[in-house]
Amino acid sequence: MHIPDGFVDAPTSAAFGAVAVAGVGYAVKRAGDEASDQVVPLAGLCAAFVFAAQMLNFPVAMGTSGHLLGGVLAAVLVGPWLGAIAIAVVLGVQSLFADGGLTALGLNITNMALVGALGGYALFALVLRLLPARAPSVAAASAVAALITVPLAAGAFVIEFALGGTVDLPLGGVVGAMLGVHVLIGIGEAVITAATVSLVMSTRPDLVYGARDLLDARRLEIRPPAAAVPTGHGGGTGAAAGGLEPTATSVTGRRAASGSEA
Amino acid sequence: MTAGGARRGNTRFVVAGLFVAFVLAGFVSGYASSHPDGLEKVAEEKGFLGQADDHAFANWPLADYAVSGIGNERLAGGVAGVIGVSIAFVVGGLLVFGAVRLRSRGPGRASAPTGDRGPDDPGPGGPGGVGTDAAGAGAAPAA
Repeated sequence: MHIPDGFVDAPTSAAFGAVAVAGVGYAVKRAGDEASDQVVPLAGLCAAFVFAAQMLNFPVAMGTSGHLLGGVLAAVLVGPWLGAIAIAVVLGVQSLFADGGLTALGLNITNMALVGALGGYALFALVLRLLPARAPSVAAASAVAALITVPLAAGAFVIEFALGGTVDLPLGGVVGAMLGVHVLIGIGEAVITAATVSLVMSTRPDLVYGARDLLDARRLEIRPPAAAVPTGHGGGTGAAAGGLEPTATSVTGRRAASGSEA
Repeated sequence: MTAGGARRGNTRFVVAGLFVAFVLAGFVSGYASSHPDGLEKVAEEKGFLGQADDHAFANWPLADYAVSGIGNERLAGGVAGVIGVSIAFVVGGLLVFGAVRLRSRGPGRASAPTGDRGPDDPGPGGPGGVGTDAAGAGAAPAA
């Protein structure tokens, strides 16, 4: 999904560079408005994790691979603004590894950070609203959003290519091929996103930005009865052991018990 | 990063998460598929892959996720992954730290746990961006 230099001409790349600067700039502003110092390491972690996950290409179809884009994942975990920043950071750092063209950085940030994280979060929020207000819905909604975001980002590339592609091609073929492959990659994106979100939901649900409203409504949770089940005595393990003993040595047991009470 | 120590639970979570990221980038990445990705494949099929120019940093020591000078391919990739994860963590953290510090001026925004996704008006700034940043920074000490 990383566009190299040369696919899209300079004016179009520059225009999307401006889009990327404006979008990420706005995300920085909004993130600063709502974020606190506590999220700083979480945002860094998010970028680090997405960088790592993007190295893990998985096979999709004949001789083709795909990897996580991570926009929805980042946005659900740390919020759309920080999420978009994290993805933009990942794309910037990847330049050091000669991945994704330098002149295409604006295109790639537009597709993966703006469409991927901001657009992806909008999708997530929409789907979450349609699902029952329960914790598993967070992972489910992020899966659906992730699945849709990948072909959406592929569609964004097609638009960019239509505007400034360096080759004149019948667009229909490019659209079909791009969407076809990226729907498959989207399935992988959905699986990885949902698995990671589920993992964080099961360990630190309070850190999942996308679960905030849900958790606020769920403050009063019914906890399963833990200690009361094994014995009829409601007094913990010491009392349970003491309660069993009198059946074996009832006389001494009683005596000891009454002696201690008296 | 100093702010991370404020809550012990978060520190633990971040350390555990980083560990996972290091394992994924440093070790698991060696088993990743080396087939062209979706875009590359389409470009190849449709005949515009040749349009791609060499990356400006194609001769860098980190190019293509392989540290030059390390003979073992898997090790070179793993080390590159660990370096990349570290840089992403530091750069991402610093950028967000800067963003938070630049903007967190006004009182009473310390704890706003419920995320209204509606347009919370940031005051007279609007889409002023950097300009309002500077104004806020200048006005804060006076207040």
